[in-house]
Amino acid sequence: MAQAEERSRAIIVDDKIHTWPHLVRGEFLVTIFVLVAMTLWSLLVDAPLEEPANPARTPNPSKAPWYFLGLQEMLVYFDPWYAGVVLPTFIIIGLMVIPYIDINAKGNGYYTFKHRKWEILTFVLGFHILWVVTIIIGTFFRGPGWNLFWPWQRWDPHKVVALTNVDLPYLVGLRDYWAMAAFGLFLVLLYFVVSVWLFYKWVIWIKGREFMLRWGAVRFAITAFLFVTMMGLPVKMFLRLVFNIKYIMVTPWLNI
Amino acid sequence: MINLEQIKKDIVESHVWKSIFRHGYEDTPRNRVLMVTGNVWMHLHPAKVRKHAVRMRFTWCMGGLTFLMFLLTVVTGIYLMFYYRPVPQYAYADMKYLEFDMPFGMLMRNMHRWAAHAMVIFVWLHMFRVFLTGSYKPPREFNWIVGVLLLVLTLLLSFTGYLLPWDQLAIWAVTVGSNMARATPLLGHEGPFAELVGANPVYDARAFLFGGGEIGPHTLLRFYILHCIFIPLVASLLMAVHFWRIRRDGFSGPPL
Repeated sequence: MAQAEERSRAIIVDDKIHTWPHLVRGEFLVTIFVLVAMTLWSLLVDAPLEEPANPARTPNPSKAPWYFLGLQEMLVYFDPWYAGVVLPTFIIIGLMVIPYIDINAKGNGYYTFKHRKWEILTFVLGFHILWVVTIIIGTFFRGPGWNLFWPWQRWDPHKVVALTNVDLPYLVGLRDYWAMAAFGLFLVLLYFVVSVWLFYKWVIWIKGREFMLRWGAVRFAITAFLFVTMMGLPVKMFLRLVFNIKYIMVTPWLNI
Repeated sequence: MINLEQIKKDIVESHVWKSIFRHGYEDTPRNRVLMVTGNVWMHLHPAKVRKHAVRMRFTWCMGGLTFLMFLLTVVTGIYLMFYYRPVPQYAYADMKYLEFDMPFGMLMRNMHRWAAHAMVIFVWLHMFRVFLTGSYKPPREFNWIVGVLLLVLTLLLSFTGYLLPWDQLAIWAVTVGSNMARATPLLGHEGPFAELVGANPVYDARAFLFGGGEIGPHTLLRFYILHCIFIPLVASLLMAVHFWRIRRDGFSGPPL
């Protein structure tokens, strides 16, 4: 098994061919094909141009450019300082640290799912499921008032949606302001502690203790923090959609 | 009788011609290497590449196509710049002028916009492909970081360009998109702890971006300069680093 892989890798390494003509030819043909396709597309479909800018008339809904609609969709579940600033910063940082937290030597320069199952699944969860799906929801399923509409439904600006969301500390019966804040902070901290602990157990379970030792505390801490933060989005979405929970933590300064 | 062969020979063997083109198209191994190393554009490639890395099903062509879309937006963008004035009184009128009066104006604008959208999609797919082939693994870790920066710059290029048509779509999409900035912790006037640093609506992160408390003439000029000069310049520098390091690290495929 291992020998077979070594052999296939050896074949991959020793198969050099001349860039001219083999690569340049391909690049040239693809360039022509794509430029023709872009020209045809541009001849057939016009770029949008609406009426002149008018700061006094806010369209409903106001949508950000489509590639930022994932962030705008997250505003349903988190406040702007978190969904619009902190999370995007973590996304960028999280992408940048990938090469340093992934110490799996296998799958360097070739396709393999078997040897990088968990790495690939994490990426698919973050990119395809969370990022792309929220963009699709924001683009096609959100109408006036940022309410949910099916693509074939008429956008009714007077759609009545009951505001039934409550804060979690309120829901469990707390009424005192500071007790609610303290309870919320406790829950957020508890989420992180328990999730990081579960993440630790999970890594040991799928990768083994030997891997955890090689991985080291710093890499584990960064990965665990980013992963648990990322999972915070589906967790909050679940709490909102199923239990109508608005905030978990409510303080005078910020809400989560 | 005109002797075409003799004329061709005279031209190709002239002092001027030979000073520009150092070698012909002979199909010899030596010449194949010279075609790449003796040409400043071609030598973005190494002289030889691994056979499997040339296949489209390995690279999906996405990195190259992202660069092609960048070039296409540069070319069409320069054309648009000849007719567009980044001043609120003129900007929208110039868009109409471009669409109805300028030769190929609408085609250029369409191509510019669709190429920009395509660039965003291609750069995401490129990132996904590089992740799947593990091409960020040693020795290419840092180049992944440069790639993430280029991804962010691609989004910023697209976002700053979104404002320039100065129609309803433009100012409201940019308003929604940059409302995030006013929620920045400490630096935005609606963000947590803004009062600690004295951020207010005309003196915070968003006002810095807008050149004022709301979108106005200064915003248009700022976005125009960012879109046409600053970000393309930074992106070009990073692209030079990105491409140079791909070449240094042996192009696609496993490390040397």
